[in-house]
Amino acid sequence: MSSSEFLIEAQSLTKKFGDFVAVDSIDFRIYRGECCGFLGPNGAGKTTTVKMIHCFWPLTSGKLTVAGLDVLDKPREIKNMIGVAPQENNLDPDFTVIHNLRVYARYFDIPKAEALKRAEEMLKFFQLEDKRNVIIDQLSGGMKRRLILARALINKPQILLLDEPTTGLDPQARHLVWDEIRSLKKSGVTIILTTHYMDEAAELCDRVLIMDNGKIIEEGTPEGLVKKHVGEEVLEVDYDEKVLKTLQEKFSDAGLEVVSDRIHVFTNKPHGVFAAFLEDFPSKGATIRAANLEDVFLKLTGRRLRE
Amino acid sequence: MNLSSRVASNFKLPKLTYRVWKVWRRNVDVFLKTYKVNFFPPLLEPILYLIAFGYGLGSSIGSIQNYAQFIAPGLVAISIMYGSFFECTYSSFVRMYYQKTFDAIITTPINVEEVIAGELLWGATRSLINSALVLAIVALFGLITSPLFLLVPLVAFLAGLMFSSIAMCFTAIAPNIDFFNYPSFLFITPMFLLSGTFFPITTLPSQVQIAAQAVLPLTHVVALMRGFILGSIESYLLLSFVWIIAVTAVFFVLSINLMKKRLIK
Repeated sequence: MSSSEFLIEAQSLTKKFGDFVAVDSIDFRIYRGECCGFLGPNGAGKTTTVKMIHCFWPLTSGKLTVAGLDVLDKPREIKNMIGVAPQENNLDPDFTVIHNLRVYARYFDIPKAEALKRAEEMLKFFQLEDKRNVIIDQLSGGMKRRLILARALINKPQILLLDEPTTGLDPQARHLVWDEIRSLKKSGVTIILTTHYMDEAAELCDRVLIMDNGKIIEEGTPEGLVKKHVGEEVLEVDYDEKVLKTLQEKFSDAGLEVVSDRIHVFTNKPHGVFAAFLEDFPSKGATIRAANLEDVFLKLTGRRLRE
Repeated sequence: MNLSSRVASNFKLPKLTYRVWKVWRRNVDVFLKTYKVNFFPPLLEPILYLIAFGYGLGSSIGSIQNYAQFIAPGLVAISIMYGSFFECTYSSFVRMYYQKTFDAIITTPINVEEVIAGELLWGATRSLINSALVLAIVALFGLITSPLFLLVPLVAFLAGLMFSSIAMCFTAIAPNIDFFNYPSFLFITPMFLLSGTFFPITTLPSQVQIAAQAVLPLTHVVALMRGFILGSIESYLLLSFVWIIAVTAVFFVLSINLMKKRLIK
């Protein structure tokens, strides 16, 4: 793989906070123009990894390069080519919408006229033109999120880091943000996003890395991972010992999981096996649905609550 | 890490560039947006003090004009101390902890050392602005007797940088915003009262006098203010000036290192 094809490369990347190992010797590459998702439960190390990429946390050991530059040597150059939309809202509450963008542009040495031009473009793209002179406190959660995205783009970054871009948004605002991320992807920006919404990852990412306890435990395309780990269809029925026995006999090679009072059956067999089964053995509360990334995620990281 | 290298790590010289001024400019922008609340309180306070102490208390202890004249430079010095100390404790803490403003700036090509240096310079600027306002009031009351008062803004900025740097050290170790009650009551209030502001420190017992000169920075600021505003230049003022420069240099570097350790892990 030639160096021009990947933008970010991590080798044995490790981050410790005291004795706690937040990121445990991970290796990954991010390719130019892709949208790559870091998935994982709370505390998996996603945000810490992102914060090392934009030179916020210094790494404990290993090597991390962005566009061939070492994060420890060239933080200013790297930060200049990255746009960051953090998880927490850190917009400047003392300023209006447009002033937030202008002050942020100044941090990047963007001349005033150019900054104003870009700010106007961003407001238009993110449909915030009407809010130009509004103080941050008066924006809705969705508008704040979009303004954070606009701010992350003010330096025309090659790489965009989105840390949980839609957490806490209502479905309308969420879909609007997704549309905007998709059109940014089309424009050629390389996007890294962290999320624990599996539908979001399946919707936006070309490739996902699943993290747990500081390690990358699986990677691949969303469809590829679903096929590999949970197959095409999932059968769910109400729990019943007799039904469970029958299922175990019928689908001896399939994955069976009992979740509270439901039985989940995953199989690699082609479409239709579950429908045929239900015709012979009508079961209470039976549903057949397409397997999804959430099934993969729960299978790999378990159902134990985190934090 | 052994003790000496741990101490040395707190005094590493920061690498600063012109980007410091971008942080300073951000704070100037906020200040100008809210100038009405920023200008009037600092104006009102010295007027009240001059009336209450200068004219009220002063008339019962001797010559009115003399006592008002005595406390006027003290009021200028106090405004220097308050301006930067409260800016770099409460206000910086709000920007760091609640607003995450520092985190947002560090994401750009500006580094954490430059953010803190910008905050310190802004604190010094607040001292300059506040003391200029108080100086104008003092002038209106006719209490300036020397053209050397023109040097006051220069000293105000330097002394402001000193108080900013000391304040930022408290911010670096503050677990929460209520923590600032400690330095406010145990450090700022004693200085307010015992630094030669309302009575000459020579009237204090000699041990207290020595302590005031050794550990209360305001003592030296008051001495310089009195020298410049009333035109009583004495050789010990040079010592006060050197004391301020030395303390400023030490705490400027220390506060940046302490803040860096707090923010970057």
